[in-house]
Amino acid sequence: MDPQEYQQIEQQNTPPTPYLKNCLKAFLVGGIICAIGQAITFLYMIFFDFTDKTAGNATVATMVFIAMILTGLGLYRKLGAFAGAGSAVPVTGFGNAVVSAAIEGKTEGWVLGVGGNMFKLAGSVILFGVGSAFFIALIKLILVSMGVVEW
Amino acid sequence: MIVFYSFLFAFIVGGIICVIGQLLMDVGKLTPGHTLVILVVSGAILDGLGLYEPLIDFAGAGATVPITSFGNSLTHGALAEAEKHGWVGVLTGMFEVTSSGISAAIVFGFIAALIFKPKGKAN
Amino acid sequence: MILFPSKPSIVACSAVAGPVESKSVFYSYFDSVSEDERWGQKTNEQGHSKMIQEACDIVMKKADLKNLDVDFFLSGDLVNQMTPTNFAARELAISFIGLFSACATSVSSVIIASLLTEVGASRFAIAGAASQHNAIERQFRYPLDYGAQKPATAQWTVTAAGYALIGKHDPKLPSVVAATVGKVVDYGEVSPFHMGGAMAPAAYDTITSHLKKRHQKITDYDLIMTGDLGKIGLKILKAMFAQTDATQEELEVFRDAGAEYYGEDEAFQSGASGAGCSASVYFSYIEQQMKTGRYKRVLLVATGALLSPMSFQQGETIPCTAHAIEITME
Repeated sequence: MDPQEYQQIEQQNTPPTPYLKNCLKAFLVGGIICAIGQAITFLYMIFFDFTDKTAGNATVATMVFIAMILTGLGLYRKLGAFAGAGSAVPVTGFGNAVVSAAIEGKTEGWVLGVGGNMFKLAGSVILFGVGSAFFIALIKLILVSMGVVEW
Repeated sequence: MIVFYSFLFAFIVGGIICVIGQLLMDVGKLTPGHTLVILVVSGAILDGLGLYEPLIDFAGAGATVPITSFGNSLTHGALAEAEKHGWVGVLTGMFEVTSSGISAAIVFGFIAALIFKPKGKAN
Repeated sequence: MILFPSKPSIVACSAVAGPVESKSVFYSYFDSVSEDERWGQKTNEQGHSKMIQEACDIVMKKADLKNLDVDFFLSGDLVNQMTPTNFAARELAISFIGLFSACATSVSSVIIASLLTEVGASRFAIAGAASQHNAIERQFRYPLDYGAQKPATAQWTVTAAGYALIGKHDPKLPSVVAATVGKVVDYGEVSPFHMGGAMAPAAYDTITSHLKKRHQKITDYDLIMTGDLGKIGLKILKAMFAQTDATQEELEVFRDAGAEYYGEDEAFQSGASGAGCSASVYFSYIEQQMKTGRYKRVLLVATGALLSPMSFQQGETIPCTAHAIEITME
C-alpha cells in the first residue's frame, strides 16, 4: 500500500473537524468572556476612580486573576477543551498559559521550574508583541521624519 | 440602553476575534502558540495604521480583552513615547501601557504555584 | 519472525493503575488501583517509578519469588531517558536493560525476555512497560492545566503499568511461540494528536508479515489485539485489511486495547494510549482470558509512535513501529 492510497483510507476514516460547531463555541465563550470584561470595566468606573481609558489595565489584571483561580481548580482546562480559541484568545488564555506552566514547574523548584518555565507557552506572545511594536514604531518614526505621515 | 449596547458590542467583537483565532487553528492547522502570535502581531499592525483605537471606542472590552489588544497597547506606548522623545522613546514607551497584563500574569502565576498542584483528570 | 521452540511461558502477570483508570472497562482485571496519581510521592516522575516497583513486586509475589530469583528486568517508559524505569530498577536490584519502543515496549520486552529464556540465559525475567499520564503529557504536549482543544482523534495517556514474568515452558500456562519484530514505518502523518493514524500502517505491516511468514490466516487466531491505535486507528487498520479483501468474519478478530480501555466515555475521545495501555491490558485481561480457556491463540501487536516533542517542533513526520507476539494456550 503506497502512502497516497493510505492517506485516502486515513481521511475516509477520520472524523472531519467540526468547523462550524468549533467556531460557534469559540464565538459564544469568547464573547461572554469579553462581556464579563466589559462588566468589570464598568464596576471599576462606577465604584473606583477609573476612566474608560484607565479601567482597561485594571480589567486585564482582574481577568488574569480569575484565570488563575480557574486554572488552579482545573476548570480552565475544561473550558479550553470546549471553547478552543474562545478561551485561548482573551487575555485569560494568556493568564492560563503562564499560570499552568508555573504550577507545572513547581516540582523542579522555584528558580529552574517555576521561574524557568513560566513563559514557556506565553513567551512567544511577548516576544512577537514587543518585536512587532518596535518595528511598527520605528517605521512610523522614519515615515514621520521623512514627512510622509504625521503623528 | 447605552450600557446594553456596550455589552452587546463587546460580546460580538470579542466573539469575532475568537472565531478568527479558531479558524487559524482549525483551517490553518496552527498550534495555539502560532495563532496567538499572529493575533498579537495583527493587533500591533492595526494600531500602527491607527485602526485599533476606534475599535476599542466601539467595542470596549470586546477589543481590550482579546490578546490582539496586547499588540495594540505595546505599539501604542511605543508610538506615544516616540512622538515625544524620538528614537529612544520607541524602546522606553513600549511597556508604558501594557505592564498590567504581564505583571498580573507573573504575580498570579507565582501565587498559583504556591497554592495549586497540577492534576490529570479527564473530566 | 522469530520462533520459540521451547515455548517460554507467562508464569505470572501484574497490572497496576492510577485513579482515572478506575473508569476503565478492564478495571476489575487490575491487581491494584492507586487513589493517588503520584503514589504518595512528591513528583509525578517519582510516582511513575513507584508504580513500576509496585507492579514488579506484585508479579514476583504471585510467583512466590524474591528479587534474587529473577535474572532480568526488561522494561521501558516514555519519559526522557526513561528515568522512572531506571530508578525503579535501582530499587529492584535485578540485572536490567532499559528498552525504548515507545508504546510497543510491552511486547518488545517480552520478545527479549523470551529469547533470553529460549537460550537458557534466564530462569525468570520480568518484562513490561508503564506510563504515567501527568509525566508524559507535560513532556509531550502542554502543562496539565493548560486549556487546549484536542481533536476527536486525540487519545488519553493512561497511568498504568503491566508486567509479565517470563519463565520456562509450563503446559498449564499461556506460552510465547513466535514473535515478529516490527520495522519502522512512516506514512507521513505529522499530527501528534492523530497517533492512531500514524501507527495503523506499522500494525498492518507487522501483522501481514507475521501471518505470511507463519503461513497463517487471520482466522487462525481467536484474537489479534493491537496496543493503542484507539477507536479511529482501529477503524483505519480494519479499512486497510478490508482493502486487501479481508472478510467481515476476519475483521471481527481485530480488537484494540486503547479503543476499549475507557469504554464509550467521550471525555477520552479516541481512547487510551501510552506504554502502560497495552501492557496493563495484555498482562491482566488477556492473560486471564487465556488461562480460563476463552482464547487459545492470540496475536498481541503493541504499537509505538517514535516521536519526541522536539522532532514534532522541527517538522518531522512520525515514524512508528509495531511488535507482535503469538501466544498459545494448550
